[in-house]
Amino acid sequence: MDKVMIAMAALPLVASLISWFASARIAKTVSIGTGSISFLLAIVLIPIVIKDGSASIGSFFFVDPLSLVFLIPTAFLYSATSIFSAGYIRVPTGSSGVRYIKHFQAGLNLFCWAMIMALIVNGLALLWVAIEITTVISALLVAIDDTERATEAAWKYLLLASLGLGIGLLATIFIYYSAATVLGQSHGLSFSNLLAGSSEFPHQVVRLAFVLAVVGYGTKVGFFPVHTWLPDAHSEAPTPVSALLSGSLLSVSFYAILRFFQITERSVGKAFPQNVLLIFGLATLLIAALYLISQRDVKRLLAYSSIEHMGILAIGMSFSAPIAVFGVLLHVIAHAFAKGGAFFGAGSLLRKFQTKDLAKITGGIGLLPATGPMFVLAILALSAMPPFGIFRSEFLIVMGGLQSHNDVAAATLVVLITLAFFGLTYYVTQTMLTPAAEPIHSPVVGEPSFYIVAAMGLCLVGLVILGIHPPGQLVTLLNHAANELEVL
Amino acid sequence: MHTPVPSAFTGTSNMIAVLVLLTEFGMFRAPLLRSQLRLYALQSFLVTILAGFLAISHHIPELYALGIISFVLKVLIVPYVIRRFLDRAEISLSDDRSLGVASMTLLAMAVSVVGFFTMNSIHFDSAALPTAALDISMAVVLVAFLLAILRSDVVSQAIGFLSLENGVSIASMVVASGLPLVIDIAFLFDLLVASVVFGLLMRVHHARAKTLSTENLDRLKG
Repeated sequence: MDKVMIAMAALPLVASLISWFASARIAKTVSIGTGSISFLLAIVLIPIVIKDGSASIGSFFFVDPLSLVFLIPTAFLYSATSIFSAGYIRVPTGSSGVRYIKHFQAGLNLFCWAMIMALIVNGLALLWVAIEITTVISALLVAIDDTERATEAAWKYLLLASLGLGIGLLATIFIYYSAATVLGQSHGLSFSNLLAGSSEFPHQVVRLAFVLAVVGYGTKVGFFPVHTWLPDAHSEAPTPVSALLSGSLLSVSFYAILRFFQITERSVGKAFPQNVLLIFGLATLLIAALYLISQRDVKRLLAYSSIEHMGILAIGMSFSAPIAVFGVLLHVIAHAFAKGGAFFGAGSLLRKFQTKDLAKITGGIGLLPATGPMFVLAILALSAMPPFGIFRSEFLIVMGGLQSHNDVAAATLVVLITLAFFGLTYYVTQTMLTPAAEPIHSPVVGEPSFYIVAAMGLCLVGLVILGIHPPGQLVTLLNHAANELEVL
Repeated sequence: MHTPVPSAFTGTSNMIAVLVLLTEFGMFRAPLLRSQLRLYALQSFLVTILAGFLAISHHIPELYALGIISFVLKVLIVPYVIRRFLDRAEISLSDDRSLGVASMTLLAMAVSVVGFFTMNSIHFDSAALPTAALDISMAVVLVAFLLAILRSDVVSQAIGFLSLENGVSIASMVVASGLPLVIDIAFLFDLLVASVVFGLLMRVHHARAKTLSTENLDRLKG
């Protein structure tokens, strides 16, 4: 177990260094290798964590079912994205091209390293540090294309996320204070200490800390009204970075909120954190659904869809039914697979048609024989169509809402998801299914790269497995993690 | 509420906290970017003094180390980096006048009052600093927010973020002075990395737009 955790923490860092110094070809191979190994290591951890409950190395590393649930999709997207980038990134010739690929590959590995670190470090303080590191690295990756639009997006993202994390730091400090009243000074904010003592924490301070945490980390999750950086950054970043931002980074920040949720519910009871999340969740989902309807830029469309799904997660957490919490955790995993697949598909469209404007593209499905249909499937998966994983998770969330007698919230959830479904599928189906325009203007039939097909295939296979029959051990893991979040 | 410290200590630390808030007000309305930067360095210096003062009076050796690191970082390195950027950019005046000085000051006062009384209504016990410093630190955080949101040039926005961190520093001295040193250093290291990236993006923005203003950052909408 120790070795696995150390390997997960060390390998991406090594890969990042190698990518910086080695040639583009080696960097590609190393990234794919490290990503795949990280995913395998996460899978290896499942039976161990189920058996032992949790494991820690010193006071620095800590993995329990909850963090592993987030680690699996993060490591998966790491591998899928490195495969996708191998086919997607076009290296400009000359020294600027060499520099670009070097920065990109090293940054990609470093970004994934920071996200993995956020999920395996022990304690709120180190978690904050890791998430702040993800912000600075990803802001640089957003700006890497060095266009005016990319710079604008990166600046807005960096400023808003840093201000948000400043608030998150304040929340962390207040939790430290409330823990110090029970545990004494000089404790290191480790999760096991915090959870053990949290029932005696001063209530008012914990409430304040929770709200600050939701607003602060919520900036990075994409909660309304601090979501405004999100569509800009997702649309202007290189597509592999968009996939990671959307599929992994948002949920890593949501993981931070869940850690505060755990402490808060043990201290002041469930109702308060649930109500806070319900308000943020509903507002977020509403805004996202409305923006989705009129969105023609494919990457912005997917970005708003991420905001929508983060809203669903928050609403799911507000239902006090174990089945809803289970659904939320499954949703985290399924969303990463679906969003990965959808962004890779958007990347394929972008390579083929050189535009992000869906209204200018026709005949997608004919011109892209493999990624075209797969893109449509990924979009349907995102709109919670069976047999994909998101259908199962959203179904469980809604069922949990009805079980816990939150009928109004559950009904609103269904209505808004349906609205989002129209927005998401309207332009996409038009673009993909209408026959291509005059052959003179349209590109030839064929795939931009085999790597893109492979990466999308992996995502869809994962989604089908999650939807039809999730592996038994994964279900056990999700149940353990849901128990961690449920104080009965 | 009683604190186990002499009142001279309470008075001095409260005074320093108020001075920090005043520098924040100054930064918020300073039209000259260089003077804004000088105010930031002064504010960081005040925060360092507060840390040193706390270290001496309570014999917390970690705080000396923290004070020295934060002095080097926030009083010397970060202002130097931004100063050099301003020298190169050859722009000294923020051309931003979205709000008049009077309304900006009034607004800052209003949010300070909100911050002060919100924190005041929540009960904190601190062995380290008087809790009034915590109320003031919340006011600093809120005004720093205004600074980052209302001023429309990249330097002011970055300084808004940096001074927000100063406010959080004071809050952490009041309620978390026992925080392990390693964690404090990690926080500061993060601040350093963030300011390097802020500097980098500021340079890129200036090289592209030939201005520090963010008025033209309006291409991405909807």
